[in-house]
Amino acid sequence: MQNQDQINQLKNTVQSILDEAAKQGASAAEAGLSQENGLSVAVRLGDVETIEHHCSQGLGVTVYFGQRKGSASTTDLSAASIKETVSAACSIARYTSEDEFSGLPEQALLATEFPDLDLYHPWDVSVDKAIELAIECEDAARFYHEEISNSEGASVDTHQGLRVMGNSLGFLQGYTSTRHSLSCSVLGQRGDSMQRDYWYTVARNALNLDPAVEVGKKAAERTLRRLQGRSLSTRQCPVLYSAEIASGLLSSFIGAISGGNLYRKSSFLLDTLDTQIFPEFIRIHEQPYLIGALGSSAYDGEGVATKTRDIVTDGILRSYVLSTYSAKKLGLQSTGNAGGVHNLTIDTGTLDYQGMLKELNTGLLITELMGQGVNMVTGDYSRGAAGFWVENGEIQYPVEEITIAGNLKDMLKNIVAVGNDIDYRGNVRTGSILVERMSIAGE
Amino acid sequence: MEILNLARQAILIPAGIEDGDIEQIMNRLLSSQVDAADIYFQSSHFESWVMEAGIIKEGSHSIEQGAGVRAVYGEKTGFAYSDLIELPVLLEAANNVKAIVRQGQDANPLHCKVSTKAANWPLYYGTQNPLKSLEDQQKIDLLRHVDSETRKLDSRIEEVIISLVGVHEHIIVARQDGSLVADVRPLVRMNVTVIVEQNGQREQGSMGGGGRSDYNRFIEQDTALEYGREAVRQALVNLEAVDAPAGNMTVVLGPGWPGILLHEAIGHGLEGDFNRKGTSAFSGRVGERVASDLCTVVDDGTLPDRRGSLSIDDEGTPTEKTVLIENGILKGYMQDKLNARLMGVSPTGNGRRESYAHLPMPRMTNTYMLPGNHDPGEIIKSVKKGLYARNFGGGQVDITSGKFVFSASEAYLIENGQITRAVKGATLIGNGPDVLTKVSMVGNDLQLDSGVGSCGKEGQSVPVGVGQPTLKIDGLTVGGTSV
Repeated sequence: MQNQDQINQLKNTVQSILDEAAKQGASAAEAGLSQENGLSVAVRLGDVETIEHHCSQGLGVTVYFGQRKGSASTTDLSAASIKETVSAACSIARYTSEDEFSGLPEQALLATEFPDLDLYHPWDVSVDKAIELAIECEDAARFYHEEISNSEGASVDTHQGLRVMGNSLGFLQGYTSTRHSLSCSVLGQRGDSMQRDYWYTVARNALNLDPAVEVGKKAAERTLRRLQGRSLSTRQCPVLYSAEIASGLLSSFIGAISGGNLYRKSSFLLDTLDTQIFPEFIRIHEQPYLIGALGSSAYDGEGVATKTRDIVTDGILRSYVLSTYSAKKLGLQSTGNAGGVHNLTIDTGTLDYQGMLKELNTGLLITELMGQGVNMVTGDYSRGAAGFWVENGEIQYPVEEITIAGNLKDMLKNIVAVGNDIDYRGNVRTGSILVERMSIAGE
Repeated sequence: MEILNLARQAILIPAGIEDGDIEQIMNRLLSSQVDAADIYFQSSHFESWVMEAGIIKEGSHSIEQGAGVRAVYGEKTGFAYSDLIELPVLLEAANNVKAIVRQGQDANPLHCKVSTKAANWPLYYGTQNPLKSLEDQQKIDLLRHVDSETRKLDSRIEEVIISLVGVHEHIIVARQDGSLVADVRPLVRMNVTVIVEQNGQREQGSMGGGGRSDYNRFIEQDTALEYGREAVRQALVNLEAVDAPAGNMTVVLGPGWPGILLHEAIGHGLEGDFNRKGTSAFSGRVGERVASDLCTVVDDGTLPDRRGSLSIDDEGTPTEKTVLIENGILKGYMQDKLNARLMGVSPTGNGRRESYAHLPMPRMTNTYMLPGNHDPGEIIKSVKKGLYARNFGGGQVDITSGKFVFSASEAYLIENGQITRAVKGATLIGNGPDVLTKVSMVGNDLQLDSGVGSCGKEGQSVPVGVGQPTLKIDGLTVGGTSV
């Protein structure tokens, strides 16, 4: 109830910003307000390291004078500051160019239904309780094995936020959400080899977090298994992306079919709509209305209704990922993706993690990627990597100081299997992904 | 004194915060037995302009202001911040923060009295507001001029995207002894990205620069036009590029921006926090050889007008030229106050934070290697077969294992002492603690980067600089596709 009051209060502020924009001569405007607060507690070696109290707010406004646009933002929400911010945006719009593609979304595309997506579960955790939980997590890692030699600590984070957005077409909506996480990072040592790894759990509802002890143990296991890694000789071989990093592969794909890269012609997937870019068994879709999920939302960053929709079926690209502006530039309609995709999901096969290792048979399992190394224009891909050498479906030894390289166009087309070992911790839901062949550079 | 007055006018006076209020907040912090405390006030004005498809497509302006309150006790830190610079809010923050002291004896409350010391450290940049250094119309004219001149350079140019960004930031650090110190920090950056197309094949090139000064630097000596020329040159080179080689080989790094090598391979690993905790591959190795004797590497916040420079860091410590590696021997780490105190050394002016909403930690400023004796041409000539890497994208390091990467965006094969074909971009990977031991030649051509670097650590981004002369490394893994 208190939330509804707060939302209504912010709605009033957003409306007053839109009114102010109209008063200053804008023909259209869009404004967003957010408030966030939270607590982060970090422990290290069994004792408190930092306690941080977060409390922030922000306002962003975009105004249109016909086809000219200006934006401004501030962290000061006083009436005087709001007025100045609107006038800063208006002043910028005097200098930007007429852009026939700029403007608010089509009215008909704006969201009109706002189901409760169950995104708000405040965690009533005291500082002391958070410390206790973090220590429990770190202890589980530190005392897991004698080769765990040091710690970067464990932390508990809890955040709640309130966002309201509106535009001069009459859209005015707000929602509250929460996000909680627990993470742990420890070091291991064996001989000269020192390694570090981490694990975390994240959820909208603290009840859905993995137990602290499990997170700690997982961090310790991940660290230990990396000890005494070696390089590989330069070669070509199949590469299995573990679930937690396979999402990056799908994110690169989404980047390449995003409106901004398409209209700038800086995508390796230009003009590929309705063509085969994945093998036939691949389906990739968006699920914005999943209850309680991290990427759920009924509308996008512009108020356009999100859709449960297919992006790839039978390996064929069915739709791009577009905002209002990029859609107009391409002569298409917004797909409700201003600000990104919502719970992007790839349909998985029947193999679990062990099954995927068997499918890989002999090749490289990648569990960490380093650096950027992705050229969106050409699809050329070259990144630092660490993981494990696998023979006959069995892990042989840890591998580090190597790169994996290829071209994303080929890599996507040559996906052999997608595991059902799905990582649910992000906005991209995928299991491990096996790519038929890549170039490995090493010693 | 003048700097402090400017900062007061920008932050404290509009907020109605007086010295007595600061004393009250500080005394609240000091009412528990803390080892250190500070209040960080900040006000930042930011603008950006983007030209794309031949039009001024976007402009934005933003103001960020607030205060962060910190108390430190042993290795423990309490921190709270607010976007509202208001006494009751900051007192509440101080209450939350001092709770870090568990055994909260209210013993001997130090009574803080604000004193305003004149700045007795050198200033490495001006106080001018870059946002006002040109009229808005002049900024637009500059963008249009660069756009039209760049587009004329080659018929294969498909798209030109230009951005112009300016920041004017005021900070005040109130320290536990009651002293107030301040800094006024201008920062500008301009970038040109070009997309070219030839027979259906597309490539891009990008060049930019900037520093702690104002927009006039882009007009002087046609610097902005040079960014356009350089972006086009890189894009056209990449059109001709063949697959990069894969494997371990001799690598010659060009001068300037390739110094990102130093930032990743050794810089992060020499930050005080990781070494105090013993989590860095360089921990406990001061006095040991970590590079060939040709290598001397410094972190230097004192270079005039450079992107990574600071007159004082975000804890009020004047910056220095800190020697990290001297003739191959590890000399010391980069420190903020907390880690310096815990390690029993002096702070080096490397305590930096992204904003009032973030805690300070040891960060780099401008990290570079001093020049050697070799002519760059001689260095190339000495390589029978290898890679010459001239431009880079970003990099990353795992400070514990020491493994680091950085990605070449412009590279060539060296065959029999000659630079031959351009090859596609590729990631290079190595091991921080031993990569510099393989440096066999150092050029006499030290260059600093053009001023575009940003460094991320624990979610905080700060502007940094890098630099180096031409370097020859006898063996680094190059991640191409040509096996």
